[in-house]
Order: sequence, then structure tokens, then C-alpha cells
Amino acid sequence: MNHTAMQILLAALIVLPLLGAAGALLPAPPGLRGRGPDQAVLRHGVTVTGVVLAAAVALAIGFDHDHPARMQATTDISWIPALDIRIHLGVDGISLPLVVLTALLTFLCALYSYFKMPAGPSPKAFVALLLLLESGTLATFAVLDLVLFFLAFEMVLIPMYFLIARWGGTQKQAAAWKFILYTLLGSVVMLLGLLLIGVKSGTFDMVALATDNGPKSQLSHTVQLVAVLAIGIGLAVKSPLWPLHSWLPDAHTAAPTVGSVLLAGVLLKMGTYGFVRIALPIAPEGMHTFAPYLAALAAVGIIYGSLACLALVRKGAKGDLKRLIAYSSVGHMGFVLLGIASMTPTGVNGALFANIAHGLITGLLFFLVGALKDRYGSTDIDTLAGATGAALYGKAPRFGGLLAFAAVASLGIPGLAGFWGEMLAMFGAFRPTAGLSRPAFLTFMVLAGIGTLLTAAYLLLVVRRICMGGTPDVAESTAAVEEGTATDAEATAGHQGAPDTRPATGRPADAPRLPVIPDLARYEYAAWTPLAVLTVLAGLWPAALIGLTDPAVQQLLGGGK
Amino acid sequence: MSPMTSLAADPVASLVQSVDWLAIAPPALTAAVALVVLVADLFLPAARKPLLGWIAVAGLAVAALSLLPLLNGDRRTFCLTGHPDVCSYAADPFALVIQFLVIAGALLTALLSIDTVKDHGLPAGEYWFLLLSSAAGAALLPASRDLATLVIALEVASLPAFALVGLRRDDRLSSEAALKFFLSSVAATAVMLLGVSFLYAATGSLHLSRVAHTLSALPDPRLATLASAGVALTLVGFAFKTAAVPFHFWVPDTYVGAPLPIAAYLSVVGKAVGFSGLILVTVKGFPSYADVWGPALAVLAALTMTVGNVAALRQNPDRAHSAVRLLAWSSVGQAGYLLVPIAAAGYADDPAHAIGSTVAYALMYAAVNLGAFAVAALVARTRPANRITDYRGLYAQRPLAALALGFFLLCLAGLPPGVIGLFAKVTVFSAAVDAGLGWLAVIMAVNVVIALYYYLRWTAVLFHGVTEHAETADAPAAATGHGPAAGPRIPTDGGRRTATDPATAPDTGAPQPVRPQPARIPAPLSAAIALATLLGIALSGAPQLVLRFASGALL
Repeated sequence: MNHTAMQILLAALIVLPLLGAAGALLPAPPGLRGRGPDQAVLRHGVTVTGVVLAAAVALAIGFDHDHPARMQATTDISWIPALDIRIHLGVDGISLPLVVLTALLTFLCALYSYFKMPAGPSPKAFVALLLLLESGTLATFAVLDLVLFFLAFEMVLIPMYFLIARWGGTQKQAAAWKFILYTLLGSVVMLLGLLLIGVKSGTFDMVALATDNGPKSQLSHTVQLVAVLAIGIGLAVKSPLWPLHSWLPDAHTAAPTVGSVLLAGVLLKMGTYGFVRIALPIAPEGMHTFAPYLAALAAVGIIYGSLACLALVRKGAKGDLKRLIAYSSVGHMGFVLLGIASMTPTGVNGALFANIAHGLITGLLFFLVGALKDRYGSTDIDTLAGATGAALYGKAPRFGGLLAFAAVASLGIPGLAGFWGEMLAMFGAFRPTAGLSRPAFLTFMVLAGIGTLLTAAYLLLVVRRICMGGTPDVAESTAAVEEGTATDAEATAGHQGAPDTRPATGRPADAPRLPVIPDLARYEYAAWTPLAVLTVLAGLWPAALIGLTDPAVQQLLGGGK
Repeated sequence: MSPMTSLAADPVASLVQSVDWLAIAPPALTAAVALVVLVADLFLPAARKPLLGWIAVAGLAVAALSLLPLLNGDRRTFCLTGHPDVCSYAADPFALVIQFLVIAGALLTALLSIDTVKDHGLPAGEYWFLLLSSAAGAALLPASRDLATLVIALEVASLPAFALVGLRRDDRLSSEAALKFFLSSVAATAVMLLGVSFLYAATGSLHLSRVAHTLSALPDPRLATLASAGVALTLVGFAFKTAAVPFHFWVPDTYVGAPLPIAAYLSVVGKAVGFSGLILVTVKGFPSYADVWGPALAVLAALTMTVGNVAALRQNPDRAHSAVRLLAWSSVGQAGYLLVPIAAAGYADDPAHAIGSTVAYALMYAAVNLGAFAVAALVARTRPANRITDYRGLYAQRPLAALALGFFLLCLAGLPPGVIGLFAKVTVFSAAVDAGLGWLAVIMAVNVVIALYYYLRWTAVLFHGVTEHAETADAPAAATGHGPAAGPRIPTDGGRRTATDPATAPDTGAPQPVRPQPARIPAPLSAAIALATLLGIALSGAPQLVLRFASGALL
């Protein structure tokens, strides 16, 4: 494909959702009214995101796979000469997979919402916000100017805030407010760092900055230190890095299903992408200084996330399944950050791979948990599991199977997408780049390894408690017995308020408590199959992705050579 | 230059200065329309009084258009006959930009005022005359190039403003505000006059260019103390108009007491008067005293933004008039940002370059702050108390107005989609960094973060939708954590309000099955909001429109 067509495709990726968002607010034109205004606007959302996905796929096909290190489909227009800010767009092997992932997840979310609109105000605003979110995210991955990066980074906040605050569940206002405060404060600090780089080097252009630095460094050591610290804080809040993660579980718990999917699948990637695109190549010395700290916090995050999940999955902990997946994200993103902190091609490639894998798998998990909530009206693990387990295998075998698949993929079993990224990230930590303390990184690697074990433990427990369990007819008698003891125990422990401590009267406990739940609906197949298929594909054929990122990573780490 | 030049070429030429009428057209036209309005008021029957408002709007529009022919070339007039390069009036790019700001600001104010004058029964003739007079003074000020003209312009801009603030005759707050404003302003003027007289004594001239020249090499070194005292005292008068700390105490009460459009006018045009005067005297008049006013202004800027933002942060959203109070304190904070580049000019090698950031920032600030006041005026029509909590659910009632206000607030905060607010802050920030004022840049960054909080909180209130009532019912935990808003409002004055103002009734009720249709927005008000929004959006799309002032020398 020629250059102009690629340029147009990339620009369209950002502009189309914006136009679509404006269009969603307007009344539908005659002929496109559908069955009603709500249906029409939701269909509009599916159409626009579908076109954007098609454009992203076309961009990926047109992308010159022989030179993934080269910026392609570049556009470079002067926007504000007074500040030397340019509209500079382009994709390379690092950003292309993220662009496609974003387009895919947003399309699937729009598709899912078409059939299952979250409860809340009008779908009009919902679709407009979804498209605005897509535009901002795609712009984050496609721009090559520091100030534009900041703008795109910020542009995402507002739609996400409203998605949580207006279509979310309980505590949504508080969670949305926490989300926006954390990320805003972080990104203001990041802006200061970006401005510092811009003022000191005289340009905001990422490509120029990345090539001018490294060996022939322009930015002084101090500037790099301050810049990495400031930018790092902003990106770490977004990623999220322990201990700046505490907005994430609340936001995820309160967000509607599609909000969670996009938050985990795409928004978190903006933080790690920023590390790879800005911190690593532009301020390598500063990054070098802070890498051990970053790795340490990442390792703590891995352990912390898995322990939090283990605590949530315990019987009687009243853990929320959505919250659990949110904490598991903290752990998974810890691997990504550990890979980046190793500053080796292996580690960074692993980080980028884990990025994509996490987007696919956690996106799928959030979809599934959201659907579970729609079916049961709750995501409280104890409520779902009851005495023996939710027994999804028995009640909705396909649903249960898919959930188990996603959980197993998330724990990083070889052959699925979750494996390669985390393994490579740990490899990177095993032999970090010259100058970084190897013993320290070995410790972090061991911690990460323990983290994978813990991750396996809690995910298998989730499978045990949600997918397995006594089926109504088989387990009726045993359940009644168990239940009697359970309620006794709870009563003696002064435990009160679990909504499902149902009548201990001896009537079949499962009938009122666990209604017959529908198995996968057709639209759910449509929305989730692509994620599952890609998870398998990426697991079986990792070279497709790594071949794309590796040359670009080599170039970034080599100072643009 | 003009026909007058040839007419003046006779024996009395040594005394009569030439007048370039085209150059002085913007302030002169404004003043002339003011007189027209005053006279027309005598002959118009009461029913036709609204016509006066439209005359004023048209006059301001013509005055704005009269800027166009001046765009190419520096025109000067009222020059000394002996020294044609020493002039009292210059229509240079700086003057033109500020005149545009002032006249456009007055135009938006006039659009806002048309309905306020009608609804509150303000005396139309007086109101429009005073507004136009003040605008004429404000338009004269940036073009003045001698201290006497500066003082006169400042007073022409201020004196009508005192009367405008006190124009709500039946309102105790209004007259109190006017008195407070008047007394503190007069004190500041007196101090400034003292400073000017010191300067005149030390330098023997009132023309800024000559003052600058003489100050750089005083004939008698013993005059140095007198001169620096004069410099410092002169700054006080303008610092007062800019509402810089510690001369800011009049601001909140005056804004609350004044008719809302006048508060908007003071926050934009009043400030423009202050900082353009400051720029003129510092950069044009006292460049050799940069080591005196540079640090002084830097400290002033830091204090102003900190005090303004902290006070805005502490505003209780339930208090009566909290919206205007918040805007008032935030305007104090914004004044701090405006002062930063002026302070930076004291350190920079090329001061004329640095002040461009102030001009760019002021243009952005004028558009969005007037817009915010316009939406506040709209809300005040149905909720006279104008508390921030009254904005709850504005999006559900008036989506466009709520979106506009949200946009203005985000511009003021400097967040996307208020791109222009962000970039204006960036230019100010880089002016400080370029001048080596790193500490000021850090203070500014902290302040921007503080300001984010209260602007965002207000913005969030706009979108707390109608669902809020339902939500308080089924999710009490969320509501108690979140809103002191819904509860305390009813006991404080709910009864009185519902009795007097039916439009507020739905607020106190249970979930409303049918929300009453909001009253129609008057055309001038919606025009003002639309104009400000368009300006804001245009600037956000093409920030270069104002930011180019930051990259080129204006003076």
C-alpha cells in the first residue's frame, strides 16, 4: 500500500471515532432509525468501531513487516509554531499491535453493548463516550509528539470518568472521582516532566528525541533524572505500579463491564507504552538510575496483587470477583514493568508481549465476570459459590469452560498467550542490561516466579469455586448437610449479613439460590471468540508478535541506531 | 499622516499637537457612543429603553471594527511638536491586541447585560453610559504612553465601575460592595499618584520613553531613592486593578455585590487594565529598574496565585453566591499566572518578548472567563442564590449550557479538551523557566494542581444527573459519602426559595416523573455563551491564533 493511503488510514483511526462521537449525539438520519433511537445509536457505535477496526486491520496489513523498526504511515504537520508542537503521527512495530488491540477491544465492547447495554442513562452518551475513549486511546499509541501524547493521554480520562460515574455499579461516584484524581495528579506531574524534556532539548518530537539520545546524549544527567521521575510517576499511576495502584480495584469494581474491559485491556497499556516509548529511549540514563526501583516496586506489585487475590478468593472473605481480576491486573502489569525495568531487548519484548496478552485475557475475563454478574446479579464469590461452588461446568458448561480457559490463560500456562510475555520478562530480569545490579534483579525474578505460583493458586481456586461444585441434583443431599454445618459455623462466628445464608430449613437449597442460568448467548460467542482465538494464536505463534516488536525495541534501546 | 497635520502647520504649531483620528478611533468611538446613549436615554420612552443596549452593542462592534485599519503599521499621535518621537498615544500591536480584548470583552458583557438590565430594573441609560465610558477608558489605557494619560485612563476605566457595582439600588450588598471597591481603589490611586509625582520630580518628564531614558542615567544620583520609591508606588495602583495579593480583598465581595455582568466585566476588562498598565510602566517606563520590579512582581505573582487558589479551594459550595465567589477567587489566582511573564520580563534580556505570554494568556482567559460568567448568569435567572450546588444536574436540564460551562472550567483549569488553557499555561510556564525563575514555575505548577481540584469538582457537579435522586434512594452509602449537597440545602432556605421561585421546586421533591421544561434562554445571553464557546473551541483547535503573541515582540 502506498504511503498516502497509510497516512489516511492512520489519521482516520483517530478522526473517525471523533466524528462518530459527534454523530452519536445527533439524531439518526432517516433510513437509519432502526427500531428506536437507542437501538439506532448502539448500532451506530458498532458500525463506527467496526470501520475503525477494519482500518486498523488494513493498516496492519499495509504495514511493511520487513522494517518494523521504521516509523510508518507518518504524518508531520506544524500545529502550534509558537511552541513548536507538531501533529506527528506514525506507527512502528511497538505501537501497531496496541493500535489493533484497541480497535478490536473497542469493537467487541460496542458489539457487546449493542445486545447488553449497561443500566444507566441514555445509550447516546454512552456510545459517544465510548468512541471518544477509542479516539483518545488510539491517538495515544499513534502520536509522536510529547505534548500530543499528553493531550491524548488526558483525553481518555473524561470519557472513562463518565462511563464509571454514570453507568457503573455501587460506589460509582466515589470510584470515578478517585480514578480521575489519581490519574490527573499523576499526569500533571508527567506533563512537567515532558515540558522539562521539551524545554531542555528544544523539541517535543519523540522520534528526534529518541535518535538524538542514547550514546550522543543531549539531555544532562540531572535533567534525565528529574524527567524520568516526573514522567515515571504519571505513567506508574496509569500502569499501575504498586503502591500507586489503589484507584484500580475501586474503578474496576464500580465500572460497567465494557468500562472494565477497556480499562484493563487498553488504558493500562498506555502507561507501559509510555515507559517504552518515552522513558527508555529519551532519557536512558535517568531510566537506568531508576530501573532497580521500578523493578523492585514491580516485583512487590506482583506478590501484592496475587496475595490480595488469594485473600479475596478465600471462603467467607466476601471477595468480589471483579475486584479479584483487578488485583490480578496489578500483578500482571508488574511483570510488564519488570520486563521494562530490565532494559534488555528480551525484557522489553516480553513486556510488550505481556501487554497484549493481558489485554486479550483480562479483557475476556472482565467480559465473563460481567456476564456472570448479569446472570446472578452479584459478583461476590461467596454468593456465587455458595457452599460447594457455583458449578458452572454443570449449569452452563460452555460458559464455565470459557471461564476456566481464561483463568488458565491468565495464570500463564505454556501454549497460551499469558506464558510468553511473563517468561520473557523474567528472562530479562535474569540478565538485566549492563550496569544494573544482577543480584538485585535475580531477587526480583525469584519474587516474580513466586508470584506466578501464587497467581496459579488463586486462579485455580477461582476455577474451583466458580466452575466446579455440586450440581443441584447430585449434590442436593450433601449440600443440605454441608449447609447445615456451614450456617451453624457462621452463626457461632457471629457472621451475619451474607445475603445467601438462606433458609436452613432443609428444602433444596439450590433452587432459590442458584437459578438456572443461560449458557453462552450468540452475541457472547461473537464478542468473546476473537479474544479466545487470539489468546491461543499468540500462545502458539508468539513469533508473529515478537518479530514485530523486536527490531523496534532493538532500535529504541540502541539509541536510534 | 492625516489632514490635521497640514492644518496644524501654522505659527501655533509649536503648541498644537497633531491628532491621528484613525489611530484613536477605538477609544474615541466607544466614548462617543457612550454620550449618544446618555443623550438618547433622555428622549426614549421607557418601553423603548432596551434599544439603548443594542446601540451600545452596535457601538462596541463598530469600535472593534475600527481596529482593522490600524493593523498595518505603528501609528503614533499626540507627539511633542519639538520631538516627534515622543508621543502620548501609540497604536502599536500591543495596544491593538489589548484594545481588541477590552472591546470584545465589553461587547460580551453588553450581551450579558441586556437581560440583566431588563430583569433587575437597572436604570438603562446610566448603565450603558457607565459601561461604555469604562470601556473607553480601558481601551485608552494600553495605548497611553505617558504617565498622566495612564492615570486618567485608569480612572476613566475605574470610576464608572464603582457606580456600576452599586447600581442595584435596592440591594444592601451592592452598595456595600461599591463602597468597599471605591475606598480601596481610591486609596490605591492616591498611592499611585504619589508615585507618579515622585517620578516626575526625579525625571522631569511624564512620557514613558523619556522617563525610561532619564531613569537609566539620573542627572543627580541623590534622586535614585526618590525614583525607586516612585517606581514601587506606581506599581501599586495597577497591582490593585489586577487584584494582585495583597490588594485583592475587595474582589469577592465586589463580585458578589455587583450585577453579574459587571462582575464578569471587572474580572476580565478590569484585569486587562491592570496588567496592561503594569506592562507599560515596567517594560516601557522603568526598564532600568528591572531589579526592583522583577523580584517584586515575582513575589506578588506567587502570592496572588497561591492565595487566590487556596481561597477558591476553601469555598463552601452550599454558601449563597458560592459560584460567583469561586469565580472571583479563581480570577485572583488567574491574575497570578498573568503576572508571571511580567515578572519574567524583569529577568529576561528581551522583556518585550516575555510579556507576549501574558497577552496570550489574557486573551484565552478573557474568552473562557466571560463564558463561565455567562453560564452563571443563565443559571442565576432561575436560581438567584447561585450556589455551586445549584449547578447539580445542569446537564440534564440544559445540556448545551452545561457542556459549555464544563468546557470553560476545563480551559481555566488547563485540561483537555480545554487545550488552549493548557497551552496558555505552558507558555506562561516556559516564560518563567526561560527567565530562570524556576521556583516560580514550581509554585505555579503546584497552583495549577490546586486549581484542578476545585474546577473539576464544579465540573463534576454539572453532570451529577437526574439519576441522583434515584441513586440516593437505592445507594445511600454512595450519597452520604458524596454530597453534602442534597441534604443541607433544604433547611437553609429551601422554604423561602420554593415560595418565591417555582423553578427551584423540583429540587426539593422526590424523584420527578416529569421535569419541567426549562425556561427559554434569552437570545442575547445565548449569543454571548455561543460566542465565548466558539472562541474557546476555535482557540483550542488553533492555539496559534493567540500563542503567536507569545513568540513575537509586541511592544
